[in-house]
Amino acid sequence: MELLRAQNIEKRFVNHLALDNVSITIPENSIYGLLGPNGAGKTTLIRIINRITAPDKGDVLLKGRPLQPNDVNIIGYLPEERGLYRKMKVGEQALYLAQLKGLSKRDALKKLKYWFEKFEIQAWWDKKVEELSKGMAQKVQFITTILHEPELLIFDEPFSGFDPINANMLKEEILELKKNGSTIIFSTHNMGSVEELCDHITLINKSKNILEGQIDNIRNKYKSNIYEISFNGEIEKFENSLNEHYEIVEKTKVNGHHAARIKLLNKTNENELLSLIIPAVEIISFNEVIPNMNDIFIKVVNEYKN
Amino acid sequence: MNKIKLIISREYLSRVKKKSFIVMTILGPILFAAMMVVPAWLASMEDTDVKKLAVIDDSGIFMNKIPDTDYLKFEYLENNSLENLKKDFSKSGYYAILQILPNIIEEPTAVQLFSEKQPNFSVKSHISNAMEKELKNRELRKHGIDEEIINSIKADVSIRTIQWTEDGDTKESSTEVAMIVGYASGFLIYFFIFLFGAQVMRGVIEEKTSRIVEIIISSAKPFQLMMGKIVGIALVGLTQFLLWIVLTTAIIFGAKTAFFPDLGNTNTQEVMMQDMLQQQNMAQMEELQSQQMDDMTQIFNSIKSIEFGKIFFSFVFFFLGGYLLYGSLFAAIGSAVDNETDTQQFMLPITIPLILGIFVMMNAIQTPDSPVAFWFSIIPLTSPIVMMVRIPFGVPDWQLALSMGLLVITFIGTVWLAGKIYRTGILMYGKKVNYKELWKWLRYKS
Repeated sequence: MELLRAQNIEKRFVNHLALDNVSITIPENSIYGLLGPNGAGKTTLIRIINRITAPDKGDVLLKGRPLQPNDVNIIGYLPEERGLYRKMKVGEQALYLAQLKGLSKRDALKKLKYWFEKFEIQAWWDKKVEELSKGMAQKVQFITTILHEPELLIFDEPFSGFDPINANMLKEEILELKKNGSTIIFSTHNMGSVEELCDHITLINKSKNILEGQIDNIRNKYKSNIYEISFNGEIEKFENSLNEHYEIVEKTKVNGHHAARIKLLNKTNENELLSLIIPAVEIISFNEVIPNMNDIFIKVVNEYKN
Repeated sequence: MNKIKLIISREYLSRVKKKSFIVMTILGPILFAAMMVVPAWLASMEDTDVKKLAVIDDSGIFMNKIPDTDYLKFEYLENNSLENLKKDFSKSGYYAILQILPNIIEEPTAVQLFSEKQPNFSVKSHISNAMEKELKNRELRKHGIDEEIINSIKADVSIRTIQWTEDGDTKESSTEVAMIVGYASGFLIYFFIFLFGAQVMRGVIEEKTSRIVEIIISSAKPFQLMMGKIVGIALVGLTQFLLWIVLTTAIIFGAKTAFFPDLGNTNTQEVMMQDMLQQQNMAQMEELQSQQMDDMTQIFNSIKSIEFGKIFFSFVFFFLGGYLLYGSLFAAIGSAVDNETDTQQFMLPITIPLILGIFVMMNAIQTPDSPVAFWFSIIPLTSPIVMMVRIPFGVPDWQLALSMGLLVITFIGTVWLAGKIYRTGILMYGKKVNYKELWKWLRYKS
């Protein structure tokens, strides 16, 4: 089931085209990664989904029908540039933002109490935001984003400004939200977190959508028949055991044993490789190298440039 | 609609709870009250010491001709020289020595007042008035005019103005009161637009620099945020004015009972009038008192004759219309810049009509029906200020209706335009914005 679909979105600013015929389909209850270099148009797309700006062409459909003004109440948005009223007290502010999302004051108070206890920040309720550190303010902001239990959550670079412990806590909260049924759009440059969290991704580059799909499929598509073998024994013996169907891409020595990356060229398979090297050395491990998102990102963006 | 209410209440409460608001609300009335009470109090303090003045009249014509007042006593010294008096001045207890030289008739400057301290203005004018009168009377007498006729001459002229309406009713009016009412309301509108319009602008800049704005407009429409802020701040301003009026009245009334317990008035306006009355009486000569009492009753009568209903309604209308018009422009400016220092190039076109309005208002107070006053009270950018000055003098209904109609159309137009600029501007950072850019923003699809 798809939750949200953006069709043929086009948005033009004075001197450039921010989005050129971009379409994305976000499955329900998934974590959807929105990737792309700086200035590619990710934030513009997110703002269109949030109804902050309108597209020049194209439609945004929520559960198959056009997005309505009131739909903003079922969206939670954490923008890249975080901000709260600096002179306002934390509690008052959280309450205000929750009410703006359509919660009643009573519900908002009850939910805020739960989250403030969960994050152990009850003591901040009467503090002004300007008294908080950046990381503390981020936590408050995160709570205000998810408080109204939105069906669709949009996080723009959620981990920036968090220390590793808090970043990890945030990651767990995001997974928890998914478990509870939310759909999450996740825009980031941090490819590690994309691999860990996302089910689907789309890569936007220079206003165009250049790669879209399930993350496992994409990684499989970009693998290049390279295997990593670590072993004990003599590196010369290992090299001599291979024939012209194999290419050694990389050789390293880790913790007293050797490791090598072998590319299978043609007319051969893993079994044949293993049968060649088993007599020569003592194998510790044998893995297929699946390209990480970082490599794919760089590769695809560079290919597009040429 | 619910969201705009929430925004209004946040804008209102967050400002009303600020320390600066509370301090201003308390300090304001103290200052206003001080402005009204202190001069009266000082005047009463000053004049209660009795001052003795020595008069050396070498011309011999002013003997006992300068009248004593409650606080000024004149002693006419014969056979005493200025030198002698000066020698013992500090012991003598005199406030000043008045020396009249023999050639006073030919030479009106042949009078000198010696004192250790600078003699105050009321003493000086009291002496010169009395002497002028005596010199004039002397001249009249010389030409054979009867003493009776001389005494019966009263040179005080006070013109009473009567307005009549088309159906022939007459009513007594007062140009002075009309001027005061018009000037006060026009100036109040000007002041309010500037003070609270600038607050709207600062509020928008604050939201922009703190980056909260993107969160808010992912929940509410930019237009709701802009209008919520403008209305919320208007309510803050009205609250402050209301508190100022109430507190000022309370303080003046309190001070009144503390300093002038003999005036047992309960009506504030009367208290203030009495205050003015008293102040004037003390500063001026007693013989004018009854004349002034007449003036005062006349002013009271004409205050009653002014159409307060019409003035009040127009005031509220122009007050809100003018504020909404300028408030939305201020919001648009705030949205277009990143910080307050960048606002100047856009502030100029807003400041010019406002200041022009004030200049025309000063002119319109003298000639409320001149073509300049007419046109500026019709043009919506200046009409809130200029029309308010004309209303107390009487403005034809069609002019008022035209001016109000144009103001409504213009403020709807400006709010709409400002909304478009605002919507784009609040999401723009780090860009030097100029008028060409603003024009492009107006054409973006929302």
